[in-house]
Parts: sequence; C-alpha cells; structure tokens
Amino acid sequence: MAKVKIDPEKCKGCGLCILYCPKGHIKQSKALNKKGAYPVGMTEKYDCSGCSFCAIICPDLCITIDK
Amino acid sequence: MDKIFEKPESIREKETHYCPGCGHGIVHRVICEVVDDLGIREKLIGIAPVGCAVIAYDYWNFDVTEAAHGRVPAVATGIKRSLPDRIVFGYQGDGDLGAIGTAEIIHAANRGENITIIFVNNTVYGMTGGQMAPTTLLKQKTATTPAGREQKMHGFPLKVCELLSVLPGVVYAERVTAHSPQNILKAKKAIKKAFENQIKGLGFSIVEVLSPCPTYLGLSPQDAVKWVGEELTKEYPLKIFKDIT
Repeated sequence: MAKVKIDPEKCKGCGLCILYCPKGHIKQSKALNKKGAYPVGMTEKYDCSGCSFCAIICPDLCITIDK
Repeated sequence: MDKIFEKPESIREKETHYCPGCGHGIVHRVICEVVDDLGIREKLIGIAPVGCAVIAYDYWNFDVTEAAHGRVPAVATGIKRSLPDRIVFGYQGDGDLGAIGTAEIIHAANRGENITIIFVNNTVYGMTGGQMAPTTLLKQKTATTPAGREQKMHGFPLKVCELLSVLPGVVYAERVTAHSPQNILKAKKAIKKAFENQIKGLGFSIVEVLSPCPTYLGLSPQDAVKWVGEELTKEYPLKIFKDIT
C-alpha cells in the first residue's frame, strides 16, 4: 500500500485530487488552514494503490507518495 | 520506502501566487520534470512572459529572464543565437503569444529558430481581470464580452498551432491539455519531445497546453477542468499538427 502525504498548509483546496482519485479516498477538511482554504486530506482508512493521479493533477505540489 | 512521486529538483519550494485549480502550476511542474529527466537544468534558460506567469522565475530553479509583453520569441532568438550551446525555452500565455506577440511568434517560427515555446492557452487574460483573449471561444462570457463573444464584433478564436504548422520553419507543433492526469502525462511527453528537438538542433517546436482558469471562467476548479475537457477541446482539437523530426 502506498503512503500519501499531503501538506495541509500548502493546499489551496481546489479539490482536483478529490475529482481524480479513482478510489475516492481523498476528502476536503472542514477546518481552514492559515491561507484560509479548506485543505484536503486522506480518509481515515485509505487503501492507496499509488497511481499518483492526485499528485499529477495537483497544481501546488502538495502531495508526495511513497511505496 | 521508494518515492513514487515527489517534487522535481528544478522547481523551488516557494508557494505560487496562482488561484486554486490554476493550470499554470501543473505546466510549471511538468516542464521541471522534463528538465530533470533530460538533465539540462544547468544549461537551460527560460523566458517568462507577461501575464499570470510573469513571476515564473520565482518558482523555477534554473536561469530565467523576463521579456516585454509578447516579445518572448524575440528574446529567445537573441539568447539562442548568442549562446547556441544553451537550451532556450519560452513560456507564453494566450494574451502574450496570441495577441500582442503574434508578429514575434510568427516570424521566430518562420525563421526556424532552434527554440522551444510552451504556449499555455486558458482563453482569457487572467492577470488583468479576465478580459477576452484572441483564443476566447464564441459565446464565451468574459469581463469585456459580458454577453458572450460574437463573431461579427470580435472575430473567431485564433488557432495558433494550426496557423504555425503551415510554416516551413516549424518542425513540431502539438496541442495537449492539462485537465486530467492522463492528459498531463501526454503533455509531458510532448514537452519532452519539444526540448529534445532543440537539443538535436532540429528547429522551432511549439507545444500548446489547454489549461483551466477557474477564476475567470466563473467555474469551480472541478467544473473548470471538466469544461476544458468537454468544451475547449471541441474548438481546439488535441493532435500533432506537424512533426517532421
């Protein structure tokens, strides 16, 4: 299983990763970050195959993936 | 653990000033990935445009200079001719390349300058407030076409790749899009080829990247990428217009 790290302070909350995650394992947070955006995060129990779609579409380089 | 995806070396840590969901961030990163793959960072010179990407030099970790509005191909010509061992690329938006810089791009292409141009087409002037650009679609609403673009009043959308592909100096012209991960991977391939053409000394290459501008399309970032994939690609078909490499 791949490990996804999302930087909540860098995230602008555009939600493109949510749109393209084939498993629907990314969700928008309900709390604001310092920027005033609602950052995204992984769901509590996620099972990532490491397709990297989220990181490829992210315009702000908030996501790193390890496997 | 192995890294599957991490920041390319050629991009800086600095956060961009772009709006949420803007395609510029994606195109910046894709260029940096290609630069790292080809190992050309130390001999690369980029030229930033006027437009939203005007401070791209703050985000790229290689040499970048700035050109007056639309004059990227002219500055690139000068740099490439005086330093022929460097890799020179221009980064331009649709207002920069398709409006004020039309003369420069056509003549640089027609001279067959050995440079690479990355053309980001998001159909509006983002930096100045979402005014109509030459590439705005018919019926598309912008700040200066509140009732939608009309052909009689504003003319037709300008198709840059089609226009340049007929010039004998152009060796490679392709249109790609940055609206989905699959298409971003195709865009990376096209940009890589455009840089390789220059390394081989083949001549002028241009890659047009259709990109979302959620703020001035008046859509959410998610709807904006869908609009690029469904509507924009109808008017601007994705294909290789010329490849004589």
